[in-house]
Amino acid sequence: MSACIMGAYEHPTRKAPDKSVAQLHAEVMKGALADAGLSKQDIDGYFCAGDAPGLGPLSMVDYLGLKVRHVDSTETGGSSYLVHVAHAAEAIAASRCSVALITLAGRPRSEGSSGTQPRAYGSSAPDAPFENPYGPATVNMYGMVAMRHMHEFGTTSEQLAWIKVAASRHAQHNPNAMLRDVVTVQDVLDSPVIADPLHRLDCCVVSDGGGALIVTRPEIARELERPIVRVIGAGEAVKGQSGGKVDLTWSASAWSGAAAFAQAGVKPADIQYASIYDSFTITVLMQLEDLGFCAKGQGGKFVAGGNLISGSGKLPFNTDGGGLCNNHPGNRGGMTKVIEAVRQLRGEAHPAVQVKNCALALANGTGGQLASRHGSATLILERA
Amino acid sequence: MSNVEAKPFFDAAREGRLLIKRCLACRELHYYPRAVCPFCASDRTEWVAAQGRGAVYSYSVMRRAEKPYAIAYVTLEEGVTVLTNLVDCDFDRLRIGMPVRVVFKPKGENTVPMFAPA
Repeated sequence: MSACIMGAYEHPTRKAPDKSVAQLHAEVMKGALADAGLSKQDIDGYFCAGDAPGLGPLSMVDYLGLKVRHVDSTETGGSSYLVHVAHAAEAIAASRCSVALITLAGRPRSEGSSGTQPRAYGSSAPDAPFENPYGPATVNMYGMVAMRHMHEFGTTSEQLAWIKVAASRHAQHNPNAMLRDVVTVQDVLDSPVIADPLHRLDCCVVSDGGGALIVTRPEIARELERPIVRVIGAGEAVKGQSGGKVDLTWSASAWSGAAAFAQAGVKPADIQYASIYDSFTITVLMQLEDLGFCAKGQGGKFVAGGNLISGSGKLPFNTDGGGLCNNHPGNRGGMTKVIEAVRQLRGEAHPAVQVKNCALALANGTGGQLASRHGSATLILERA
Repeated sequence: MSNVEAKPFFDAAREGRLLIKRCLACRELHYYPRAVCPFCASDRTEWVAAQGRGAVYSYSVMRRAEKPYAIAYVTLEEGVTVLTNLVDCDFDRLRIGMPVRVVFKPKGENTVPMFAPA
């Protein structure tokens, strides 16, 4: 792989009652182009997922006024945008495009979305008749993953709380973050239980907004005045209920991570910064284990004591405050995971959380629901 | 029931029977039921009645709801794990591994299998 991420932009809004979703897509496109130093006419590939209104890339290419020779609307929930980066790199390698735009936008906060509402992906889903009657929301499905992890490995709510604590320590430095107050383990445990065993502070924010990325071929990257972030490894995977052989103790990140590390030729211990999808604290714990940052079942011990806090911990994570404190636009956190990894590799994270000489980073996203069916996508990124 | 593939399951549930699927080619049981086997892709699958006994694999009580409810995965004695609700029980005394038995409850226009302490 030799494609480069040259534009990255996170919309500063967290509540956009007066803007349409398409409008937010246009605004993040403008932001990413300005960041890269490119113009709209340079874009010849476009990538979007299920958050794009209308008929996906057909509606958006028309709305944005693009002229492209390659589109991809792979939809794997919140992990889509990491998949898009990988697919953009493949399309560039195959000469299908030279400058790829990836956009995400949504306004669940203005539309009153909540993780406590039963989540239906359409009555035509083959699983719908067998699952929708039972009230599968988002929080209770992740709750079942946490319950099983606690049962099998002795993981505790205190250990999970450390993940939120680390995110909050980072978010205090982000003026755009929704939740900037530093919290303690006790604060998390004292917050109300939403769905056993997850407390309110184990859950991510619901925010409006979006983000965009520009991926280019290396020849173009070298002409731009931005630091070059190379995509050196990628993996994607999907895991479900396995025909009734349900196993909630591991996620598809075990597959996507192994593929990405193999392609990049690096090990988990080499990673200096990690963006880990944090829809819930348990989501982070599962990915850390499945990506190989610690052994299966040891995630609780790994995160306890602040190991994820930049400056003091061994594995600084989500230095923007992540979905737990900063932003979870469109209920899809993969985009912001890539953006903060790019900031770290450019040396443009907030000075209080910037990893020194950050040259190798990982971004991991999951999508859908870990407890039923989900995607995972892993990117390994290097500062050129 | 708008999904024709699922209709026999809900017809049986209305009569108090919990159906799962077996593949006649690879002999594997599967859930949720499909016309085509998710293991070997054979279309020779048959409905079989489960005994309706199992154990809780995992659960979560939704506290932030008008009426709290318990979602769960229950592993049936036949070996497949099904998404369901735990009912007729004290939500504070649930535990993983507890034995449960099927009960049938009305839900909308259907009758659906749920599980109660055995």
